[in-house]
Amino acid sequence: MEAYVSLFVKAVFIENLALSFFLGMCTFIAVSKKISTAMGLGVAVMVVQAITVPANNIVYHTLLKEDALSWMGITGVDLSFLALLSSIGMIAALVQILEMILDKFFPALYFALGVFLPLITVNCAILGGSLFMIERDYNFGESVTYGIGSGLGWALAITVMAGVREKLKYSDIPAGLQGLGITFITAGLMSLGFMAFSGIQL
Amino acid sequence: MSARDFLDSIEPHFIKGGRFEKYFGLYEMVDTFIYTPAEVTRGATHVRDGNDLKRTMTFVVVATFFCVLMAMYNTGYQANLAMEAMGLDKINNWRSMPMALFGYSPANPFSCMVHGALYFFPIYLTTIAVGGIWEVLFATVRKHEVNEGFLVTSMLYALILPPNMPLWQVALGISFGVVIGKEVFGGTGKNFLNPALTGRAFLYFAYPATISGDSVWVAVDGYTAATPLSLAANGGLDAVHAANYSWAQTFFGFEPGCLGETSTLAILIGAAFLLYTGVASYRIMGGVFIGMLATVLLFNIIGSDSNPMFAFPWYWHFATGGFAFGMVYMATDPVSAAMTDTGRWLFGGLVGAMTILIRVVNPAFPEGIMLAILFANMFAPTIDYFVIQANIRRRIKRHA
Repeated sequence: MEAYVSLFVKAVFIENLALSFFLGMCTFIAVSKKISTAMGLGVAVMVVQAITVPANNIVYHTLLKEDALSWMGITGVDLSFLALLSSIGMIAALVQILEMILDKFFPALYFALGVFLPLITVNCAILGGSLFMIERDYNFGESVTYGIGSGLGWALAITVMAGVREKLKYSDIPAGLQGLGITFITAGLMSLGFMAFSGIQL
Repeated sequence: MSARDFLDSIEPHFIKGGRFEKYFGLYEMVDTFIYTPAEVTRGATHVRDGNDLKRTMTFVVVATFFCVLMAMYNTGYQANLAMEAMGLDKINNWRSMPMALFGYSPANPFSCMVHGALYFFPIYLTTIAVGGIWEVLFATVRKHEVNEGFLVTSMLYALILPPNMPLWQVALGISFGVVIGKEVFGGTGKNFLNPALTGRAFLYFAYPATISGDSVWVAVDGYTAATPLSLAANGGLDAVHAANYSWAQTFFGFEPGCLGETSTLAILIGAAFLLYTGVASYRIMGGVFIGMLATVLLFNIIGSDSNPMFAFPWYWHFATGGFAFGMVYMATDPVSAAMTDTGRWLFGGLVGAMTILIRVVNPAFPEGIMLAILFANMFAPTIDYFVIQANIRRRIKRHA
């Protein structure tokens, strides 16, 4: 149990996908103008991450890993070179299915998430999460924890970023830096603050 | 001719159409620094109060008075103690010239004071000069006024550096703090991180050798002295006692450390002044203290066999390191802290809790208040947002 808690804390804060690995930057910067929107996207990322990372974990362990196909009687096959490709496919497929389910059964949530769901398909934080899971050889329980944790960390980062950007609306930023420029500087300064967690061993 | 007459006589050159129109910011800086501005609000809707931005800012500088005194005295005292311990009778740099008049006895308060001043003032003057150039440059180009906020930033920045910091690094740090931390956002009141801490954090990660470790806290070259807090990080309270530090000693500030942060007493005097004048928010200070207290007690209860910091008591946390300085001068920065009243309690609590979290569980940094405040600064607008949303919901419910 303790191992899961520390993995969770690590995924949220210490190895924050947005501010330590700078993953998912396009959406992180494009959709962080308003806190409410950013939170919507953050929740969507969290949900998708919590589904795709364990799903990819199952696929990897039952189909792709070296000797993973032994349950079918096939041994000596190593398909792990397909991990990248299959992860992308899994994410795209799952997001499509998720979108249809939400549309059918939870229309309120579907409209709240709106365009973000399909947008997330191409979010590199999602793919990054799955690839980290493979790289670090998580088992199923760990992959669930990591999926939720890393999604929450990303959601936290984009919400905070949106908060800062809402505040910066009242700033007087030099013409050349307005828009993207100041956002990059802000993201950099924010990761300086997140350095508070670097070095924690869990 | 009085200074007022002189300023009035040159004013036409600086206002619109004058020869030095571009440098109005400079003129305005000198004028409003010496005299109260003549412009006042007109019309009926304003509440008029003498406590303008300028006075608010100068009050903070005034509040650091005892910290500055202790910064000089303690730096000199520690340096003299170190020289006594090393058997040196003369220091090997330019400071030996003025110091020849006073000697190097730790028992001689004049010697300690002057010796410390010879470390404090070069750092402070470098900060003022370099940061001031950036301020004036931005004010001139961007046509805003040079703000007294810089006096606060420069004073606080100088007080949180180790005594022997190379001056070019001091200059680099304040440049980063002023330009990236503040001016790119439009100047005083428009930034989202504390500029002094931004500058220090930059130095902390760029030049860790001169701002962390055990050999930088006493001004004498080659003398190694761990601060009580870094002793505690390795060996807990026992290690602090073994090094003969008493609680009172760390409270009064006779310990190695950054220039102005060692004396909790001097800081508390400043805190009383800031609270009495209403410049600093008691909610933030209270929040930081409560957050610290709650987190420390939590760690005390949890306990740990391998990490002695878990058992470190709260009153030691309070007296050692930069906790008090951060709580009183840094967290209360009205620009980068939360703006709502409830938000200020939460913001303070976050600072306090994060500080202890870093001190106790992060082996990379013995001190946590700097990064904790920067971290909380980032969260401040979001905290405000949620406080306001909660308020809106409550009022809708009440009036529905």
